[in-house]
Amino acid sequence: MFDDFFIRALVAGIGVALVTGPLGCFVIWRRLSYFGDTLAHSALLGVTLAFTMEFNIALSVFIISSLIALILIQLQKKTNLPGDALLGLLAHSSLAVGLVVIGFLTFIRFDIMGLLFGDILAVSVDDLLIIWIGGALILLTLKFIWKPLFASTVNYELAEAEGLNPDRAKAIFTILMAAIIAISIKMVGLLLITGMLIIPAAMARNLSTSPQSMVMYSVIGGLLSVIIGLFASLEFNTSSGPSIITAALLLFILSLFKIKQSIKLKN
Amino acid sequence: MSSDQNILVKLNDTGLRIDDKWLVKGVSLQVEKGKIVTLIGPNGSGKSTTAKIALGIYKKIDGSVEKYTTKVGYVPQKISIDWTLPLRVNDFMVLTENLDNETIDEALSLTGVIHLKDKNLGDLSGGEFQRVLLARAISKKPELLVLDEPVQGVDFTGEIALYELIKKISDELNCGILLISHDLHTVMTATDHVVCLNGHVCCSGSPMDVAKNNEYKALFGEQASQILSRYEHRHDHIHTDEGKIKKN
Repeated sequence: MFDDFFIRALVAGIGVALVTGPLGCFVIWRRLSYFGDTLAHSALLGVTLAFTMEFNIALSVFIISSLIALILIQLQKKTNLPGDALLGLLAHSSLAVGLVVIGFLTFIRFDIMGLLFGDILAVSVDDLLIIWIGGALILLTLKFIWKPLFASTVNYELAEAEGLNPDRAKAIFTILMAAIIAISIKMVGLLLITGMLIIPAAMARNLSTSPQSMVMYSVIGGLLSVIIGLFASLEFNTSSGPSIITAALLLFILSLFKIKQSIKLKN
Repeated sequence: MSSDQNILVKLNDTGLRIDDKWLVKGVSLQVEKGKIVTLIGPNGSGKSTTAKIALGIYKKIDGSVEKYTTKVGYVPQKISIDWTLPLRVNDFMVLTENLDNETIDEALSLTGVIHLKDKNLGDLSGGEFQRVLLARAISKKPELLVLDEPVQGVDFTGEIALYELIKKISDELNCGILLISHDLHTVMTATDHVVCLNGHVCCSGSPMDVAKNNEYKALFGEQASQILSRYEHRHDHIHTDEGKIKKN
């Protein structure tokens, strides 16, 4: 069944969407879009490392992204630069270093477009295993830290005062962000991963009245985007990443009609 | 003095300094089961800071905090909920602990906001939100309640009812309460112990003891002249910028 590349891509995409749905909600709630972007940009460095050391790509991307997150936290403590400047600094410099390293690796043929924008043809059975096992681990961990993470997203002091240890939850969430980028890089490509995280979640915000319903709509939105996007990518011979993100955008635009209605009702 | 096992939280000569400026300094107090301790003092006197020190929110403090309970309910002085979060009252009630429906309903009924259960948190008025905050804090049946101006923005009759409720909760749950209040009338009637702060502890003791204290008399005189909320604090000393104390 997994012999067909398209089935593989579909199964991989569904696995990714199940994880990006809930995670994306937290990215929106905690205002971490640019943080996600920075981690994703650094993923290229992880990929080059994987090729030079003959290492698993997902694992090496995960390690590099976690490392970048750690460096960011250190820089925030030690410099007076604003957060967005530090994010930009890390995002672009790690992307640039990654591209420079690729230039040196002339003995390996790189599909840069595939790295940047995703490539459904590249999804192997091994990738499926990484996505589904890694994805299940991410979701389990998220379920475990949900209470402190959500409580501290609403109000840090309440969570801290009532003994929920929000700092630990935040640290674990950072690792989960690195992990989701590592497992979804082949599907969506590193430039568009944050889109996969925030666009379905943004659509869900327009439709939902409670955190649970937002997570649910976000997962549904992600699944629809993957399915529609992949079929379109097959039909029009476009890269898988941009096709999925475009489908997500269309769903977001549709969700705007729902907001218009509820605003009209309020008035 | 009751025995040590009744102590829920104890502050030993605690203080907080940010960038060489003392927000509050040398505060010692303890909250025991079934007792209400009230912090009074002018704006910026370190009441909220002291409450947060007791809660363990600040990590780098002077002195030490001994905490003997993990069942804590907190009503912060100010809380801003981001509208990017779709959050109903019902979701907010289970923020830090899972509660069954009955418990949620009971707490919301006690503070008189059961009809708002399915409303979006962002659509509540200030007073309604304050009632929800209080309901959330008491619903988990805590051993220690820290209430930072819990009735701000609540209408006059509601204010009296909520203070009665707080007193009732303290008796029924036998929980200790650290209360911050500007309402001196409440302080004098419902409190077991009063701590008067102004960057440091000016005076403390039972309400009667404090009432006899000269510094408190200064407050009480102002209150008698019908100024309930905006009272002035008279001292034999002044406070300089660095948090130092200078005798007049």
